[in-house]
Amino acid sequence: MTISINDAGHVANLARLDLSAQELATYTEQLNQILAYAQELNKLNTDQVEPTYHSIETGTILREDKVIDFPNQAGLLQNGPDVSGTSFVVPRIL
Amino acid sequence: MQHLTLKELQKKLRGGETTAVEAAQKVFTQIQKHEPVVKAYLQTFEKDALEQAQKADELLRSTNGAAADKQPLLGIPLAIKDNMNLLNTETTCASKILKGYISPYTATAVQKLQAAGAVIVGKTNLDEFAMGSSTENSAFQQTTNPWDRARVPGGSSGGAAAAVAADECFGCLGSDTGGSIRQPASFCGVVGLKPTYGLVSRYGLVAFASSLDQIGPLAKTVADAALILNVIAGYDEQDSTSVKQPVKDYTEFLDRDIKGQKIAVIKELLGDGIDDAVRQTIQTALDGLRKQGAIIEEIAMPSFKYALAAYYLVATSEASANLARFDGVRFGHRSKNARDMLELFKKSRAEGFGAEVKRRIMLGTYALSAGYYDAYYLKAQKVRTVIKQDYNKAFARYDAVLSPTSPSVAFKFGEKVNDPLSMYLSDIATIPVNLAGLPGISVPCGTAGDAVSGTVGDAVSGATGGLPVGLQLVAGEFAEQKLLQIAAAVERGSRFERIRL
Repeated sequence: MTISINDAGHVANLARLDLSAQELATYTEQLNQILAYAQELNKLNTDQVEPTYHSIETGTILREDKVIDFPNQAGLLQNGPDVSGTSFVVPRIL
Repeated sequence: MQHLTLKELQKKLRGGETTAVEAAQKVFTQIQKHEPVVKAYLQTFEKDALEQAQKADELLRSTNGAAADKQPLLGIPLAIKDNMNLLNTETTCASKILKGYISPYTATAVQKLQAAGAVIVGKTNLDEFAMGSSTENSAFQQTTNPWDRARVPGGSSGGAAAAVAADECFGCLGSDTGGSIRQPASFCGVVGLKPTYGLVSRYGLVAFASSLDQIGPLAKTVADAALILNVIAGYDEQDSTSVKQPVKDYTEFLDRDIKGQKIAVIKELLGDGIDDAVRQTIQTALDGLRKQGAIIEEIAMPSFKYALAAYYLVATSEASANLARFDGVRFGHRSKNARDMLELFKKSRAEGFGAEVKRRIMLGTYALSAGYYDAYYLKAQKVRTVIKQDYNKAFARYDAVLSPTSPSVAFKFGEKVNDPLSMYLSDIATIPVNLAGLPGISVPCGTAGDAVSGTVGDAVSGATGGLPVGLQLVAGEFAEQKLLQIAAAVERGSRFERIRL
């Protein structure tokens, strides 16, 4: 399975990355190398194997759905690139 | 004084033989002297550190040293990797996208160091977002290996390993997703411990691959690593993946002999693809373990040849999701050239992330995208199960499994940076451990004299011989005590001397 430069463009869009033509060409080539290497995995039969999503089995962790205020709201807001009051300003959406 | 181990400094502070201020001053003198070449730190906190050291001294004096019973790291200068939040300090992950980001809180592991009295001297360099094996992917500076300035310190915790090796701190917290604590520890001749997944809280660590990431210490000795683990281990309700475990003293078994302990050498990691000099140094270390009464046998881990591919699918998939939060809206770099919301996301990310991070986001996004999920991500997670099964079989018969930490000693700058796959291959021995969530440690076991060029020691006075070789031990889930016990035996049995800059 190989990916084309168009596939890479589609993936870049999904990943919200504005890549240059040069970057797209490089990544297409490198991703193909890595994916070719990943084909190795098909040599291992895993039909009867369950996936491991968590290396250490802890089961599903549940907590009470309770709102707790973060103690340093000012510290969060100071990192905003464009802040108005307690809101983050972004370009017009509608 | 800066050359002392953490344990030695602890004793001198407690006994009133030295002061925390003196220790901190010595560390900053060392930093001033060697940072122009080593470049391990992205930032240091001299004024704050000296103030904290002064407070530590007052406590030690007024209690006749007894304050150190409650605060075992009282007055000890330590560092942290710059992907952990420390309140009101910059946390950059060595990425342009986080330049100027001020931590609004302190990571739990760092907070535990502070509560134990440690003096945080600075934050160390890394591969951008901990993605890399040489620290060359830092957006800000190249850290050099204290053993040879023409070589990389390893990565991603390269700054941490270099800072410890250069005696620019008495220990450092790193993070390990596929070997990022152990491989740089190996390259720089220090001890690096990746605890069992869930033993140390990840709250406040900037996430790379959530099912693999773990915080652990880089230290001058095995005992020092155990002393730091004692402080940072434990359940944290802020990290739901941290595990409730009874409190243990990880120094408890360090002095015990290893007579009758069964250690398996992984056949696949001592054959093709492993440098001769590394193999020879490991063989010598094995002799040392046999002399101490350990039973050494060889085993096969047939699934390991699939580990690297599985890892790069799992880790990049998780990274592509975790790094979606860097969108230029609430924090981090925002592009000035965006006309609408979509452009704001795409341009901010494209301008802020470096090449390796983009490459991994691309791979991960592809692996998770419609039509490919089963073929790549799901397949990789199934392979992960098989790797775990191989380990389980091994631990049914053995106390630990052993291999080199890395197939080579520290390589030169530029050698692998343009060939992602060859860079990834340098993590071949460490990656299976993260996939299985197990504890692993790299211990320096000697130097590989034959493998290196004549540049060794050019930054060093009085050092001779080659570059350090790390030996990796892996034990079962939460078997850190036993892991450290055997690691201490490796240390005792090896003729290895830390570098002295």
